[in-house]
Amino acid sequence: MAAVNTVEILVQTAVSGLLWGFIFALISVGLTVIFGVMDIVNFAHGDFLMVSMYGAFVLYSFWGLDPLLSLPLVVAFMFGVGVLTYRLLISRVLDAPMLAQIFATFGLLVFLRGAAHLIFHADYQSIKNPILSGSFELFGVTMSVPQVVAAVGAMVITGLVYWFIMKTETGWALQAVAEDKEAASLMGIDSEWMYSLAWGLGSACVAIAGVLLSNFYYIFPEVGVMFGLIAYVAVALGGFGSVTGALVAGVIIGVAEVLGGFLIGPEYKYVIVFLIYLAVVVLRPKGLMGKA
Amino acid sequence: MLHEVEVLRRFAPPRLGRFVVPALLLLLILFPFVVNAAFYVHLMILVFLFAYLGQAWNILGGYTGQVSLGHAVFLGLGAYTSTLLFEWYGVSPWIGMIAGGLVAMAFGLIIGLPTFRLQGHYFAIATIAVGESVLALFNSWDLVGGASGIYRTIVPESWWAMQFHSSKDPYYFIALGLVVTIFTVTRLIERSRLGYYFRAIKEDPDAAKSLGIDTTRYKLYSMMISAFFTGLAGTLYVQYLLFIDPEMVFLLMLSIQICLVPVLGGVGTLWGPAVGAAILIPISEFTRGYLGGSAAGLDLVVYGALIMLVAAYKPAGIMGLLRKAS
Amino acid sequence: MTLLKVENLTKRFGGLVANDDVSMYVERGEIVGLIGPNGAGKSTFFSTVSGYYRPDGGKVYFDGEDITGLPTEKVCLRGMTRTFQIVKPFSDMTVLENVMVGAFARSARVSEVRDRALEVLEFVGLADRRDFPAAGLTIANKKRLELARALATEPKLLMLDEVMAGLTPRETQEAVELIHRIHERGITLFIVEHVMEVIMPISDRVYVLDGGRKIAEGPPQEIAENEEVIKAYLGERYHAARG
Ligand SMILES: Nc1ncnc2c1ncn2[C@@H]1O[C@H](COP(=O)(O)OP(=O)(O)OP(=O)(O)O)[C@@H](O)[C@H]1O
Ligand SMILES: [Mg+2]
Repeated sequence: MAAVNTVEILVQTAVSGLLWGFIFALISVGLTVIFGVMDIVNFAHGDFLMVSMYGAFVLYSFWGLDPLLSLPLVVAFMFGVGVLTYRLLISRVLDAPMLAQIFATFGLLVFLRGAAHLIFHADYQSIKNPILSGSFELFGVTMSVPQVVAAVGAMVITGLVYWFIMKTETGWALQAVAEDKEAASLMGIDSEWMYSLAWGLGSACVAIAGVLLSNFYYIFPEVGVMFGLIAYVAVALGGFGSVTGALVAGVIIGVAEVLGGFLIGPEYKYVIVFLIYLAVVVLRPKGLMGKA
Repeated sequence: MLHEVEVLRRFAPPRLGRFVVPALLLLLILFPFVVNAAFYVHLMILVFLFAYLGQAWNILGGYTGQVSLGHAVFLGLGAYTSTLLFEWYGVSPWIGMIAGGLVAMAFGLIIGLPTFRLQGHYFAIATIAVGESVLALFNSWDLVGGASGIYRTIVPESWWAMQFHSSKDPYYFIALGLVVTIFTVTRLIERSRLGYYFRAIKEDPDAAKSLGIDTTRYKLYSMMISAFFTGLAGTLYVQYLLFIDPEMVFLLMLSIQICLVPVLGGVGTLWGPAVGAAILIPISEFTRGYLGGSAAGLDLVVYGALIMLVAAYKPAGIMGLLRKAS
Repeated sequence: MTLLKVENLTKRFGGLVANDDVSMYVERGEIVGLIGPNGAGKSTFFSTVSGYYRPDGGKVYFDGEDITGLPTEKVCLRGMTRTFQIVKPFSDMTVLENVMVGAFARSARVSEVRDRALEVLEFVGLADRRDFPAAGLTIANKKRLELARALATEPKLLMLDEVMAGLTPRETQEAVELIHRIHERGITLFIVEHVMEVIMPISDRVYVLDGGRKIAEGPPQEIAENEEVIKAYLGERYHAARG
């Protein structure tokens, strides 16, 4: 009897890890798009997630707008934030030493987190009674509706981003700029516009993840820390710049983190993620699908 | 040819000279005898502590170009090491201080060994991950007090126990001693092969390798020095406050302050961390006094804005401004 | 006596074979040229030989020892130093400090290293620039600095990657003279150069790469008349004219 129970719990946990994995994947895709196009790691990526969650929260508490309805608003807003971040900050450090590049986005992280503390305080907020709520049972496994919707949404968006980059003309232009900025500009591609687009797109991805997450997850100033960290690790594991790599890595980490947290203890979540990172760095620094 | 000569600006770092440094040191030694207000002595101790921590960070981040965003971990490990040695085994904090430095150094190797073979952002990401991991672990590690931390056993004041209750002056002098030590060490590094190699690695790792520099090894040296000295300060920190908990030493905030000091003052310069601490710490202490807890987060907003501004507009910090002017 | 011997070296980047089964040797005291059209794989060959890349096949012997796969810094300490086609000065350091970094390869004593670096700067004609930041040098002087820095490591074999590209005729002449003076000091030279006219007169022997393969080797006069070499270079001009 006990054994059956353990198996059941394990399956339940694995499914939960899988669902989380797709959300991690979407967050990581946003990060990897930016890195792939311009070789810059956005250290504030997790905090973009946090801002999106608060965006959904504010629209809900002041105008009663359900996250499902506020989704396009928040995504459009974050697209703008991404573009502005590029225009005002990143474009100034493009040719600067790595030190300045790291500090530019790290400063943004500190700024956003401080602003969240200042405006919303350290309290945990949540969106009560969103349209997406409740749970259902499938093959004896209980799943929460908002989490399943979030996972499916994440999968769809990741697929769309992949399609956009691989199959559309604009996507090819992005790839061309990533490959060789000078050569691309000879072909008449405006690299400034492409960089802005990459930042907008990456931020929009993380915004979608944030809004979907706000349906069922607490909102607080440090909420982006864990998600941001997972995204860095997923991007390293998947290969810096690879969308499919980020997807696979996100799912792997989701399952590993939730299972590991369940088997060893939740306080080891960060440690597990960190150990995965170290393993990647030592064994396969190019990542699963990284280019040479 | 002449044209080129005209265009080039001569490198003229502001010379604090043979006289200014000893004079400054003398002033600092006299300070607690002249100024009796405990608040100002407290303020100076904080300035020293952050000038010291900023310089320790600067060796790795400023001179060698390896950005650590989790340097507080080393401080925290040093603090916990000496605390536990004292509380459990009655070991003097002076010995605990060295032990704490060594523990921090060993930990630095664990982060550096795998990541230093790769590009800079691999290391920076690892430092964030380490910071969060250690915070989570210590918060749930009951043996070392868990989230509620450890209140230090109060013993009669003595140099052996590094506890002083009647006056802050002894702490002031320990802090001053640490500052003098790290600035001397940094000066020595600057003028030795180590310092030249550190800067070469920061400027262009490929060129450095082609000239016979084992870049991974020298980055590790830099890490070991930086982590060791950061760990040392942990003991002063905990002896001064006589209390320790994970949030106090492992929170990202402390790491931010540690790197903001040299970033503001000027990374990779000897006096940058001193200038940065002398400006940043008083401002942050006074504003905290005025605003109290009502504006939690405001300091972060200001720090974040400062870091972005320096990164995007003045990567050389205040020392860069001074150099231009001279 | 053979100083450098490369056997069947192959280097791939993904599907692209940048060096395909290339063998070369350099005798002690020689000046050997390596030429070839754009993208022939010359720089890649230097990088692989000097340990910056790991070869995908083949062997490298230096000074009688197998150094295949040895990292660049160790190769440098054994006496083989290369320069970069795209100059890599330590921009925020002064000219003197740049050269000192090179000289530290042989000694840790700062005063000794400083003297050595000053001597090298005198030798290459950059002594009057010693206190300037490297970032502000003209391209010709940056190339000279690149050379000085490498020289300061006291190499037995100096590998120069297009140190004369982009120079005016007069600067080129000065560079050629400098190369001769370096050679007189007993340093063996292996020189990549794109422009045939410059490299031919100073080389004892010349190798030609095209499309990653070695297509010719021999004394300069022979190479200049070699059908395949002419075709490779003509092909390039043909493409250049069309492109
Ligand atoms: N790091 C790299 N990754 C991928 N491909 C590379 C890399 N370095 C060189 N290549 C490719 O290898 C081929 C040989 O390049 P290499 O730079 O060795 O040529 P080269 O003979 O030095 O040319 P040039 O005269 O332009 O300097 C080229 O097709 C180049 O695009
Ligand atoms: Mg080349």
